[in-house]
Amino acid sequence: MFPSKFDYHRPSSVQEAVQILSDNPDAKVLAGGHSLIPVMKLRLATPSALIDIGRIDALKGISRANGSLRIGACVTYNEIANSGVVQDAAPLLAEAAGQIGDRQVRYRGTIGGNLSHADPASDLPAAALALGATLHVSGPNGSRSVSASEFFVDLMMTSLQADEILTEVEISAASAGTGSAYVKFEHPASGYALCGAAAVVTRGAGGSCTGASLCFNGVSATAVSANGVAASLVGSDLSDGAVESAVSNLSIPDAAGDMFASAGYRQELAKAIGAQALRTARDRA
Amino acid sequence: MAGESNGAAGFGSSIRRREDPELITGRAKYTDDLKLAGMVYCTILRSDYAHAGINSIDTSEAEALDGVLGVYTAKDIEASGVPGGVPVGWLLPGLKTPEHFMLAKDTTRYVGDGVAIVVAEDQYTAHDALELIYVDYDPRDGIADPKKATADGAPLVHDDAPNNIAFDWEIGDKESTDAAFANAAHVASLDIVNNRLIPNAMEPRAALADYNDITGELVLYMTTQNPHIHRLLMSLASLGLPEHKIRVIAPEVGGGFGSKIHHYADEAIAAWASMQVGRPVKWTATRTETYITDAHGRDHVTHGEMAIDADGRFIGLRVDTYAAMGAYLSTFAPAVPTYLYGTLMSGEYDLPAIYCHVYGVFTHTVPVDAYRGAGRPEATFIVERLVDEAARVTGIDPVEIRRRNFVAPDNFPYQTQVALAYDSGNYEGALDKALEAIGYDDFRTEQAAAREQGKYLGLGLSTYIEACGLAPSAVVGSLGAQAGQWESAVVRVHATGKVTVYSGCSGHGQGHETTFAQIVASALGVPYDDIDVVEGDTGSMPHGWGTYGSRSAATGGSAIASAAEKVVDKARTIAAHLLEAAEEDIEFEDGNFFVKGSPDQSQSLPDVALQAYLAHNLPKGIEPALEATSFYDPANFVYPFGTHIAIVEVCSQTGNVTLQRYLAVDDVGNVINPMIVDGQVHGGIAQGIGQSLYETAVYDDGANLLSGTMLDYAVPKAHFMPSFETDRTVTPCPHNPLGVKGVGEAGSIASPAAVVNAVVDALSPFGVTHIDMPVTSEKVWNAMK
Repeated sequence: MFPSKFDYHRPSSVQEAVQILSDNPDAKVLAGGHSLIPVMKLRLATPSALIDIGRIDALKGISRANGSLRIGACVTYNEIANSGVVQDAAPLLAEAAGQIGDRQVRYRGTIGGNLSHADPASDLPAAALALGATLHVSGPNGSRSVSASEFFVDLMMTSLQADEILTEVEISAASAGTGSAYVKFEHPASGYALCGAAAVVTRGAGGSCTGASLCFNGVSATAVSANGVAASLVGSDLSDGAVESAVSNLSIPDAAGDMFASAGYRQELAKAIGAQALRTARDRA
Repeated sequence: MAGESNGAAGFGSSIRRREDPELITGRAKYTDDLKLAGMVYCTILRSDYAHAGINSIDTSEAEALDGVLGVYTAKDIEASGVPGGVPVGWLLPGLKTPEHFMLAKDTTRYVGDGVAIVVAEDQYTAHDALELIYVDYDPRDGIADPKKATADGAPLVHDDAPNNIAFDWEIGDKESTDAAFANAAHVASLDIVNNRLIPNAMEPRAALADYNDITGELVLYMTTQNPHIHRLLMSLASLGLPEHKIRVIAPEVGGGFGSKIHHYADEAIAAWASMQVGRPVKWTATRTETYITDAHGRDHVTHGEMAIDADGRFIGLRVDTYAAMGAYLSTFAPAVPTYLYGTLMSGEYDLPAIYCHVYGVFTHTVPVDAYRGAGRPEATFIVERLVDEAARVTGIDPVEIRRRNFVAPDNFPYQTQVALAYDSGNYEGALDKALEAIGYDDFRTEQAAAREQGKYLGLGLSTYIEACGLAPSAVVGSLGAQAGQWESAVVRVHATGKVTVYSGCSGHGQGHETTFAQIVASALGVPYDDIDVVEGDTGSMPHGWGTYGSRSAATGGSAIASAAEKVVDKARTIAAHLLEAAEEDIEFEDGNFFVKGSPDQSQSLPDVALQAYLAHNLPKGIEPALEATSFYDPANFVYPFGTHIAIVEVCSQTGNVTLQRYLAVDDVGNVINPMIVDGQVHGGIAQGIGQSLYETAVYDDGANLLSGTMLDYAVPKAHFMPSFETDRTVTPCPHNPLGVKGVGEAGSIASPAAVVNAVVDALSPFGVTHIDMPVTSEKVWNAMK
């Protein structure tokens, strides 16, 4: 690969990384590199410096405490997909991470890089949305938290400030009676989601639905929530008919088309894939 | 064949490929792995415009960059006095051959057209400098659609080719074909687009050129399927160096699929750059460059019609095609949609009247040339789609209508109405074997039951024939080839009885080092491990024409068999002398010569070889040493054929097509190595499935390539494929010494029609009669609405 020239920094703490980032406005944060390096290779991105956060141990842990799952930004897809802790507390995230790219990509790519890059066709954004994840970020003025629903702003744009780094993703551990599913219809070339549906449903004691969420990757400029549609399932028996009827009203605002698939087709895919995700989540609840 | 009992490694054995240990452990050396002392790097600035005038080029900033040795434009190449051409090697009557210079002079004609060259000490600097070259372009309208490009007023690619027509070609008999249609009881008719494909060999093209200005010699390592053709064209058209002063070497070559047959500007540029800077120069394409410079494949817009009589017999076929040539005529481009396409229109059928008309059309796109199958996939697709459409309009089962129209086994040789004479075949044999394996009748029952449950299954047949191993040279020449199509071989038995074989073919993944050694092991009765095969170096072997068009076994393998036979003949003479017997009394078996009836007293081939080299006791008039050279010119093409069957399921909710089964029964004649043949079939099928379901090069209305990366261009992945089922029938080629035919392209020729026929069959309840490739889920979903 023949990128333009750039400086390379390898900080050993988040504070140091934030400092370097503040000092170098044209710098980019490098985690797994699987989105950044290809665009640098094509010289579509020409950062003045890379700040490699891959050696910061504080960004690498998975833990569960007080009903909360915390995943460091530099945890790889592979670690998430295969972590017993994640599989138990947020199986949706593990399932989505296991569908990203191929084995080599999953060994390098990280959750923090994925969410910060905010590719709408990637697999984690909808899962983070559907799980109501909280994203912890650090900047020169300290740390703050952002909910996933406020994090994704537009195509590859997040509410991260230029001098902030995503450090940790926090998710409430799944409660009893909850089932989830991530179903992807993949683009045959990229393997990204032409439409990826993340569904979570909770059944009450009598089996009827007490909570549901449904979010999509790949259909519009950001991962989007269709929780209005999901909410209409609350109180239902979650039968195939109830699911069909709920998704029949699905319409994703600003659905986007490209040369491979039109916006209208993606809307239809969202109905089919969304229903499949809801049915599978129900069966697992 | 002599010595057929050669252990487990002779002709017909599935011995593992001896190439693989080096390849899969990463030890094999490709062009880009090579480093020479003093080597520098070359990059090429390419047009971002499909069509633009060049007002001026400012190279001064790039030249001033540290580490840059030189920046050059077309003017510099012209001033150097070299011919600078990138020629076309197949001429048709009336063919327009606009100038193709190594760099664009005053006009760029496709996104990717070379504009300037940088030579620098390292590759980073060479890439950085490209960004410092400022070209003042005058953007103009471009056009990519080969049919629309012929309309009056369409943007012209070359001023001297009105309506962008490069050639206007026909084959068959228009009058008798029109008459057949006038008398037809039924007519099947289809409009199709045969989608443009991007080759995607795993290894990008590369060249390492080392010019010595004292000796005047150029050594050129490059990614080539045919080093001798490249040497010839480098000498005559591009560089003007004498042919004997150029040595072209093909190190390991990582796939070609046709894309490394052609003579491009880039490798010539590396050589020219070495002549300028007096140092070895390496150029390696980036993957982006392979997308915008490697010759693309297919890209036809076709109308086809089949005339059928009241009994369901085909009485006429009419095909009208607009075939894209791209911006310039690539090396063998004019042959692909003509003599490799129109001549296949009879398929496996006894068709009494055929007429095929083709416009070759310039478009503002990457040039189009041979890509795995080259014309024959396009022909097979339109014929086999029309056969299925004929079945639909007549209400005859697709299997039955094929049976009714096949050339019968006792009707060979069969002269088609489109020049080719099929030498052998047993089409129903392959069909029956395939139908039995797939369980045709059971499938139809299952399909009907599935439909009742809203599940859409489809079965598609492709009963294909292909013509490969183009020959003889005189015929190929009469059709316009500026090349011969014979092949060379040297079989050299060393004094110790070990053997080195040199072939004019040039493998790049086919396994020649294994299969050619198997041929010689059986022919000479020498252990397989005692035989090495050498290819791909114009300095080491006689002229040959390389590897493409499924030709290597039929032409190169036959040349080797013929050279081996000469070796045996000479050795027999020497053995007779040593055994003090008459030559005609000498038998040769398992590598031993002996007098008929006395196998105990024998001379082994190594014994004879030693005596041949010592030359102490040779018969009168016999020269020392033991080797032979053969230049083998086949009598005819070879004609592999077979039946491929695809079974698909279409998802009614998403339109997604899933391949449930794919079965191939191929007849490639005698099989040298069944495992390698299976591998070739698998690869070809995967590529054909790629064309039918996934791959397509997309240009927008302004001729900008939209599918310029692997994010958009869908090279098929392993998990898209079912486990292929393969089988064979064996109808040996009657005219070559091994009875072999070609197999490299069969899969990609047969499979697109099988897959699309299956999808159309699945969608028949929706009244669907055709879907263009690639059959994406959205197209299917729209068709079901």
